[in-house]
Amino acid sequence: MFLRVAWLVMRKDLTVEVRSREVIYTTIFFAVACVLVFAFALVREGRPLEDAAAGIMWISVAFAGTLALGRTFERERHSETLRALMLAPASRPAIYVGKLLGIVLLLLVVEAVLVPLIGLLFHAPIASRPLELAGLLVLGTIGFSAVGTLFAAMLVRARSRDVMLPVLLYPITIPVIIAGVRGTAALFEVEPAVDLAQMWMALLAFFDIVFVTLSLWTFEPLMTE
Amino acid sequence: MTFDFGEVSVREVSRNYGRRRALTRVSLACRAGEVLGLLGPNGAGKSTLLSILSTLLAPSAGDVRYGTKTAAEAGPALRACLGLLSHDLHLYPELTAAENLRFFAQLYGVSDVDGRVAAALDRAGLLSRRDDVVSGFSRGMRQRLALERALLHEPRLLLLDEPFTGLDDASVAALVARLRELRGAGRILVVVTHDLDVAERLLDKVAVLKDGRLVAFDDARGRIREHYRAHVAEQRA
Repeated sequence: MFLRVAWLVMRKDLTVEVRSREVIYTTIFFAVACVLVFAFALVREGRPLEDAAAGIMWISVAFAGTLALGRTFERERHSETLRALMLAPASRPAIYVGKLLGIVLLLLVVEAVLVPLIGLLFHAPIASRPLELAGLLVLGTIGFSAVGTLFAAMLVRARSRDVMLPVLLYPITIPVIIAGVRGTAALFEVEPAVDLAQMWMALLAFFDIVFVTLSLWTFEPLMTE
Repeated sequence: MTFDFGEVSVREVSRNYGRRRALTRVSLACRAGEVLGLLGPNGAGKSTLLSILSTLLAPSAGDVRYGTKTAAEAGPALRACLGLLSHDLHLYPELTAAENLRFFAQLYGVSDVDGRVAAALDRAGLLSRRDDVVSGFSRGMRQRLALERALLHEPRLLLLDEPFTGLDDASVAALVARLRELRGAGRILVVVTHDLDVAERLLDKVAVLKDGRLVAFDDARGRIREHYRAHVAEQRA
């Protein structure tokens, strides 16, 4: 039942997004604009600043993720459909997992556009260790989205939600961003430091377990007004 | 996960938002086959009381009993017995009428999803528009669809927040007829409304709220207008 509800909520979110394409277009546009601004600032005569690519990738993911989280929950607020979800006899943690999976998939699509662009503009060797890079991105995205989904749902009826979401989200997800940046930088070296990247991946997996567990535990009481 | 009840009773319920008190020691009850109307000026606490009845909001003091159990005692099974038609309709505008109903039917775990969805679309008069997205519907069509969405799982207690707002006369008459049918089927209906004509046609009991306090609770249909004049119209003047 738990997985069925999570699947239903995720499928509904993806159907809504496929119809409107509002969040995916705005998020990709924002992420690409972010990378281009950094490219203008940090690439001189075709030569990018050393080691900048990893940081720019994760900053863009964090900024784009915040935008996606805000817009996704704004949609639920608009017709108060989040209240309808909360009123259903379904497990609330399952609803949380469904929302989380929807956000993660959306951000992975954004990253599929973002990573090649960063590779191109910053001469980052994105194809040298593709599996490890994908692993870092997936784990980092889950950690960031786990906290983001909880806070975005919690703030959905707050008047200052657009300001409050990044203020609450960034300090708590700093470990995820740091692990993502350090792991990606290790992979982008001339001789990729795979062991180091795997150590950061293990740390990201640990953060994911902690953040998802805490979110599942706190979602129900936090959503009861 | 089955649970049923024949009466909902509100006992000495208060609700605070920070320092502001939205409800003060409200007590009332409604039985199966009755329609209770909540009347009062804006800000009287009607929607707060409806949210408490729907379990979306917890009371700061007092309790609500569904039969003999509180929401905490009944657990998630209680939510399968509640239906809420809010002013915001709780529909996804990007999904079609059928997709909206199917999603909620599956979420509530109802049996024979396709059959229930087809029957609900038929009752809402939207069978021919089943594959149209809801954003293209008129307010009346959305309202009918939202009501059927709230009834998909056959709730014992149906809560309606200003269901007649924005509807033309024909839609109001159709909605009143549907609500009478539900009353006849033994449902408990709680309706927030400002429409006195509809109130007189539909309500069995009326509770008038003012500044978060219950100022009148009466089961005489003929006195609805009297209570409204005494407590609501006076405030508007």
